[in-house]
Amino acid sequence: MELYLDMHSPPCRLVFLFAKAVGIPFEFKHVELSAGQHYSEEFGKISMIRKVPVMKDGSFILTESIAILKYMVQKYSSSVADHWYPADLQQRARVNEYLSWQHMNIRAHASKVFLLRAVFPVIMGSEVPKEKMDAAVEDLNQSLNLLEEKFLENKQFIVGDKISLADIVALIEVMQPLGTGLNVFEGRPKLSAWRERVKKELGEKLFDEAHEVIMKVGSLPEKMQNNSQLEMLRPKFQKLFR
Amino acid sequence: MALELYLDLYSQPCRSVYIFAKKNNIPFDLRRLSLLDGEQYGEEFGKINMIRKAPALRDGDFCLAESIAILLYLAEKFQTPDFWYPADLQQRARVNEYLSWQHMAIRMHGSKMFWLRLLIPKVLGVEVPQDKLDAALEDLNGSLKLIEEKFLQDRPFIAGDHISLADLVAIVEVMQPVGSGLDVFEGDPS
Repeated sequence: MELYLDMHSPPCRLVFLFAKAVGIPFEFKHVELSAGQHYSEEFGKISMIRKVPVMKDGSFILTESIAILKYMVQKYSSSVADHWYPADLQQRARVNEYLSWQHMNIRAHASKVFLLRAVFPVIMGSEVPKEKMDAAVEDLNQSLNLLEEKFLENKQFIVGDKISLADIVALIEVMQPLGTGLNVFEGRPKLSAWRERVKKELGEKLFDEAHEVIMKVGSLPEKMQNNSQLEMLRPKFQKLFR
Repeated sequence: MALELYLDLYSQPCRSVYIFAKKNNIPFDLRRLSLLDGEQYGEEFGKINMIRKAPALRDGDFCLAESIAILLYLAEKFQTPDFWYPADLQQRARVNEYLSWQHMAIRMHGSKMFWLRLLIPKVLGVEVPQDKLDAALEDLNGSLKLIEEKFLQDRPFIAGDHISLADLVAIVEVMQPVGSGLDVFEGDPS
């Protein structure tokens, strides 16, 4: 199994982390998004959507991290513990509910904050307008409130006593703006405690290894500035900032 | 107590749930919700779905939001025919792939067109700048193109020979801009 990944991308990190945590063997194929590698002809043959992650299992190619996670769970069902994606009807529904909701909420808002803080100045050649930044942070805060109040409530993990795919997907997205200096956990003891529990279940060393790149994201603007592909990438990024 | 479905049929995710339940003869009590009237902000509904969106399901004590989760729950609970969510590893993956992709693509773009062409000008009485409309149309066309070239290709349905949840979720989204007078099928035989 091959996994095409850029560790700056949360969906890539979660596929990486899950596969490693449950012992699914794979070959890491690096795709450097900041260098526009996903627009290469070669990568286009793997996935015409030109996004990461992509999984290639023999001749079967699959995009979308959520689909890849579920594929792994199903394929390796004999070795992946039930709690990751419980067979129980209601518990599974809770995981699916989170996995569905997060796309347009935590994922969208955390990514936007990250892109505005780390990438906007390089692409647009100016600082982020304050109202834009404030609005993005406010959206993220609303999502974090819902994560705490509706999905976690007073439970140990999103589904209950045990960790599931929902917790990995959630935490990895929440981590995204951290490397840009925005501490989303500040003033949120419940969220911080949950983060520690999730890290412990996954393995702290593994978790930190997966986040090494995103925590050093300060060097990303310079890397992009010096990149010959910047002009090609510029309009694509500009669309995200509309 | 019968299963309750809280739906507003203006909303695409509500339509996919409604069609799926009806098609599979799943008994339910329809609880109509008017989003335009702000009924999702009522105290009663807040107890069912704190996220305050439709659709929502109540099955005894169990409340569930998110159409994708509801569809999967109904398929499993009522053991609907396999083709809706195939047990086969790769076919299921294809359905999951579409169900995941569509959130930030066709769902977002189809909804935006509906808002920009209908709700904002006709209901709110606010004019929408042409460049915003053009940009939204470009995004929508991009999504439609991907549906044809990546998800359908030369297959009759997204997962292969049979209809699945992916097609159902796709069609209700694609229909949304049609309601605002934009014929997305024009010039597009597939």
